[in-house]
Amino acid sequence: MRQRLIAQIVKELLLVLRDPRSRMVLIGPPLAQLFIFAFAATLEVKSVAVAVLDEDAGSWSQELVHRVAATDLVRELVPVSSGAALRAAIEERRALLGLRLPQDFSRLIEAGGTGTAQVIVDGRSANAGQIALGYLETIVAGLGHDVVLELHRGNPPRPGAAVTVQLRHWFNPNLEYIWFTVPSLVGILSMFSALLVTALSIARERELGTFDQLRVSPAGATEIIVAKSVPALIIGTALGTVMLMAGIWIFRIPFTGSLALLYGGLLLFMLSAVGVGLVLSSVSRTQQQAILGTFALGVPLVLLSGFATPVENMPTALQWAAELNPLKHFLVIVQGSFLKDLPATAVAASAWPMAAIAAVTLSAAVVAVRVRLD
Amino acid sequence: MSGSGRARRLRALVRKETYQVLRDPSSILIAFVLPVVLLFLFGYAVSLDVRGVPIGVVVERDSGPAVDLAAAFSASRYFDVSWARDRREVTPRIVAGELRGMVVIPAEFAARLAVGQDAPVQVITDGASPNNASFIALYATGVLRTWLAGRAASGEAPAAEPAVALEPRVWFNPELESRATITPGSIAIVMTMIGTLLTALVVAREWERGTMEALFSTPASIVEILAGKLLPYFVLALGATFACALIARHVMGVPLRGSWLALLMLSCGFLFPALGQGLVISALTRNQFVASQVALFSGFLPALLLSGFLFEIDSMPTPIQWLTHVVPARYFVTGLTTLFLAGDVWPVFFAQMGPMLAIGAAFFLVAVRTTRKRLD
Repeated sequence: MRQRLIAQIVKELLLVLRDPRSRMVLIGPPLAQLFIFAFAATLEVKSVAVAVLDEDAGSWSQELVHRVAATDLVRELVPVSSGAALRAAIEERRALLGLRLPQDFSRLIEAGGTGTAQVIVDGRSANAGQIALGYLETIVAGLGHDVVLELHRGNPPRPGAAVTVQLRHWFNPNLEYIWFTVPSLVGILSMFSALLVTALSIARERELGTFDQLRVSPAGATEIIVAKSVPALIIGTALGTVMLMAGIWIFRIPFTGSLALLYGGLLLFMLSAVGVGLVLSSVSRTQQQAILGTFALGVPLVLLSGFATPVENMPTALQWAAELNPLKHFLVIVQGSFLKDLPATAVAASAWPMAAIAAVTLSAAVVAVRVRLD
Repeated sequence: MSGSGRARRLRALVRKETYQVLRDPSSILIAFVLPVVLLFLFGYAVSLDVRGVPIGVVVERDSGPAVDLAAAFSASRYFDVSWARDRREVTPRIVAGELRGMVVIPAEFAARLAVGQDAPVQVITDGASPNNASFIALYATGVLRTWLAGRAASGEAPAAEPAVALEPRVWFNPELESRATITPGSIAIVMTMIGTLLTALVVAREWERGTMEALFSTPASIVEILAGKLLPYFVLALGATFACALIARHVMGVPLRGSWLALLMLSCGFLFPALGQGLVISALTRNQFVASQVALFSGFLPALLLSGFLFEIDSMPTPIQWLTHVVPARYFVTGLTTLFLAGDVWPVFFAQMGPMLAIGAAFFLVAVRTTRKRLD
């Protein structure tokens, strides 16, 4: 029986790895994706274009424009000469922000009043607009502070008690986005590989008719499921390992946690992905259905994982749904293991839901195959 | 060869492909059910609007100003506050990811304010999720600024007229609601799935099973065969686009300020490269598994990540910005968000049509050539 099982596992593994093209698409694209998307998937806002309409051309308006241009936020200033040109620059997306400094800007400041700068935000980029506006507010507040110092030189006004913010980012002091995206992509990409390999496994046999041969063989349902799980488990874990190594040695992300705990988590995660893939496979009649099913399931899993946007921003019902998502739990473990030295108790808290998902889906797959065998 | 014969042949091919689409439940799933599910997920699950971020507020010693400031944090809709006396209570919860950061109001806060000294407030964030961290930094500073202005107004602190003020105006999307920008963009993702993935799979299956060669033995020319294959998917994808646009407008409340004509033009412009890409993938791979992986890698994920629909292209490193220029979804997303939120800005639309048509033409050239080569 043991020998039979090993033979089956070897056969399944060969089925996937024998074809050079399918071998290549299992390894090549995920690695390329890791490198491209790690840099692309950033919600950071920088290098935007700002259209400037300086109707004042006084010293303070120039100072403000200068300070705006000096930040990381801004890639280029687009000088415009009229309100209509400013409007067109925003409408045609040549600039994300439009800064308009009215004629009396410097005069009002010199007179001790308030100079008001108008800023127009392109609401079509909601996230970037919000963040860029926050940066601008900080720049303007800083300028206001310096104006007071400059105007009252030698005669400083009664100093008001200032409340200052001491900002510190734990685990990732410079907020490197790569430190977040690479560990997350390890989870997403290895999940897609494991899902696809398993989703195709039973569906392929059914499409080609070889499933009927399994029915006359002595192998039972549990045996078939084990034989189909192990190769995907090996492929997914191997891919995950390569990507983790890339994260540590190529992207140089600090790894502070326990490798053993992370691997425990990875194994449970792969098991749950394999379980989901096998359930999908056992209900698919053709490979096409299995592949489309993988996408139909995989995309919501990624969206509900907290990768693109945090789970706590979602409506309550979707937050519950996210609890059923193995990827969500694995992301907590992999991100925490890299940056936060995640303690064993916290790993366990995210590990048991994955174990539960794996147990339910794998048993369901066994039942589904048993039904088909009879 | 008579013109009417060609038309009849094409009609027959289209009919055959249409039956093939309609008889497979999985293509119905991906063409009608999945777009709606995705639209709602993108609209409601993928929200970049910060509301109720869980943070800890540590008040080290009760005093009037400290309690008042802490209350200002819990009143903010941006934060969901857990109270603590000691930062050590909060630290493990940040490590576990339950809280995204903390604000520490030190014991000597009130005393320092009273004598007019600088009173620091510590804001600590969980840098492991950088986006949350920068939002917390931004909004915590905002809460503090508002609180200080309130104190100044009530005479508890010296009033100071700011020397420079900012008057923000947000165009097209006054609330800066992320749903209004993500929903139009997600239509591009849905169309990529139908146009590229579904087409690649269906045609790859024909190659895999050898039925493509059977079609070649008929008098139909390659162009006719390819056109017959693509037309049903073209119609299917257009139908899905318009259904998505209607749902976005009437169910999800996203404004549609542009015209249907512009939507039709942009959708056709995008389907050209999307279907072309599907054809090229199927002709080159001739295997469903490989085709699906290639479609995922070259079609779907770039549409999701490199199109500027979630992640700002301007913020990406320069080589990746170049790469986005060959992703057709990039142009479609730009066109769609403008169409929905700003209206018919034709210069923007035409600027997007050019690259989409050029990429599409390149794909079709490759598709026809590879298909012809396979016949030799």
